[in-house]
Amino acid sequence: MLAHVTQSQLSHLDWLESEAIHIMREVAGQCSNPVLLFSGGKDSICMLRIAEKAFRPGRFPFPLLHVDTGHNYREVTDFRDFRAAELGERLIVRSVEDSMARGTVVLKSPDEPRNKHQSVTLLEAIEEFGFDACIGGARRDEEKARAKERIFSFRDEFGQWDPKNQRPELWDLYNARSFKGENIRVFPISNWTEIDVWQYIEREQLALPSIYFAHQRPLVRRSGGLLPVTEVTPARSGEAIENLMVRFRTVGDITCTAPVESDADSVARIIAETAITTITERGATRLDDQTSDASMEQRKKEGYF
Amino acid sequence: MSAIEKLPTDTVPDNGLLRFLTCGSVDDGKSTLIGRLLFDSKTILADTLHAIQRTSAKRGLDSVDLSLLTDGLQAEREQGITIDVAYRYFTTGTRKYIIADAPGHEQYTRNMVTAASTADLAIILIDARKGVLTQTRRHSYLAHLLGIPHIVVAVNKMDLVDYSPDTFARIKADYLAFAEQLGISKLRFLPMSALQGDMIVDRGERLDWYDGPTLLEILETVPAIHSAHAEKFRFPVQYVCRPQDSANRELHDYRGFMGRVESGELLIGDTVTVLPSGRETRVKDLQVLGESLPSVVAEQSVTILLEDEIDISRGDMIVKTGELPKVSKQIDAMLCWLSESPLDPRRKYLLRHTTRDSKAMLAGIAFRVDINTMEEQAAERLAMNDIARVSFKLAQPIFADAYAESRGTGAFIVIDESSNNTVAAGMIV
Repeated sequence: MLAHVTQSQLSHLDWLESEAIHIMREVAGQCSNPVLLFSGGKDSICMLRIAEKAFRPGRFPFPLLHVDTGHNYREVTDFRDFRAAELGERLIVRSVEDSMARGTVVLKSPDEPRNKHQSVTLLEAIEEFGFDACIGGARRDEEKARAKERIFSFRDEFGQWDPKNQRPELWDLYNARSFKGENIRVFPISNWTEIDVWQYIEREQLALPSIYFAHQRPLVRRSGGLLPVTEVTPARSGEAIENLMVRFRTVGDITCTAPVESDADSVARIIAETAITTITERGATRLDDQTSDASMEQRKKEGYF
Repeated sequence: MSAIEKLPTDTVPDNGLLRFLTCGSVDDGKSTLIGRLLFDSKTILADTLHAIQRTSAKRGLDSVDLSLLTDGLQAEREQGITIDVAYRYFTTGTRKYIIADAPGHEQYTRNMVTAASTADLAIILIDARKGVLTQTRRHSYLAHLLGIPHIVVAVNKMDLVDYSPDTFARIKADYLAFAEQLGISKLRFLPMSALQGDMIVDRGERLDWYDGPTLLEILETVPAIHSAHAEKFRFPVQYVCRPQDSANRELHDYRGFMGRVESGELLIGDTVTVLPSGRETRVKDLQVLGESLPSVVAEQSVTILLEDEIDISRGDMIVKTGELPKVSKQIDAMLCWLSESPLDPRRKYLLRHTTRDSKAMLAGIAFRVDINTMEEQAAERLAMNDIARVSFKLAQPIFADAYAESRGTGAFIVIDESSNNTVAAGMIV
């Protein structure tokens, strides 16, 4: 017999959301002890909504984990705690400062950005809890090395990614198998771009930490960028402190996350700005990616998320 | 200004998402084409452009080398070749695009198969100076084998043949002759120059004799895969939601069957059959996050609630009664071997089809295809990049359709349990 002719077509956001839900359910179906990385940032906030759509009315089949550098904005960590409590899901926080106390993270200088040291703390948490899969909010449009990474990305015992030896990934048939000690990193929003994320936040009316919206903040200008003046990043002598209207496009370690000048105070205005922006998200705001073209690839090989 | 200044609104419809694949070698200008699409659709942002301008200058080039945009990993930059599939994104405001950039070298057939598995459209690049080559045949065969519904043959570097309509016509005739042998019927031909930007996003002024659509016009108007043809409803169960919340009476007996519709459409009240049990029941509700939907279509992730209590777990499949797939422990398939360790006919492998796994053993190799000549040859073993018609015996039955009818329920992968690696991709015939 002839089947019905399907006329409808999913919008691009519906398609991306459905793909991400499918990926999360595959993790739940294939892995025995997964975890979802949740920082309180906008991408991981989208991930939580996707998890709700994937698993409610049941509970999430994984806890949430944040690897805290100890240099995060209060607005973001407060939001992280609030959102986890609101969802009634378990939040685990592991701190880079604990790794420093243990001696497994050694800083070259006290003010060195701690982003790259998150790898160590993450691997320690993976070992502590025996996680076999970590679900993260990384996107392929963020950086060249990510453009080639699989959605289900295999890591060896040292948490290393081997770009030349990736598992083939075909259709929507994902392979999350691993042996004890190995780990699969899973990126459900691999195929999203920055504007998709903002459009999704708008459509789903997702709450965000306040620092994503335009606000007054003391800053200094240093090597072509704007740097927030905070306790951990004081102004250097001779630098003029300015009070400017800014917003953050990404949030992470204070020492390496810079805001952009903006008066966009709503998601709709941020989307309008993003649509005409001329600088990539990481280029604008991540001071630690600029060292070399291949810096992300290098860090990922070392186990960075 | 960016091209995405016209974001979808009430008046500008969202035309969904299209995944496409570009096939060609480095010399065909594939990276330049992708760079051109990103550049002309204004997806490239200032800092990225500055970075490639710097690199172009460092290499002593006069103009910006757009191919640098798709130049990914350190290892590749050192070797000057692309070694793995890379994914790129751009949007026109009404439609979002995912480009799978697959390398064209012979030894990387597996990358093209990987990229082709999720593509709705393939752009086959031909160098206008060289015409139809062995690798053109190879790429076309693979695009056809992987069931990509739309194929665009792009004759590139027209600037190097003085934009000659005769050259274009000759290549088109050559290609058609060979496509007929393969059984490829729906084709579009396009002359262009990725370097000069002719017929990609803008028409340019040097191809006046061509009155068809530009590449971007083709991409914008191609219908999405699932809207075009009649399909049977297929729903592999991924996960079963049983909150067993004794405090909440409504949830106490809740059993939701979660998954993504692989094909077709389902309405509340439809009669369904659950496989492998064969039990029949009706659809009580279709839900996403507590919201009830009257119907669901292909590619939607949903939760299905059924009227009767039936024992269902991951790996089972819900289909419409009267549209059953083939339930079988023996399958015939076209297989592409992807692993460096060859297929061992004596070993058991794990076969993954939809959300279902089964142990599998090779039952025979009917023939191997020489993908340069399309000849069928006898074979005892399969090595990396080999494509063959094979049969497998399975420990558990799978619920299968022919790949040509349904990609989602006609495809499978083979996993080597000793390494956990994905070693082959199969398409049921």
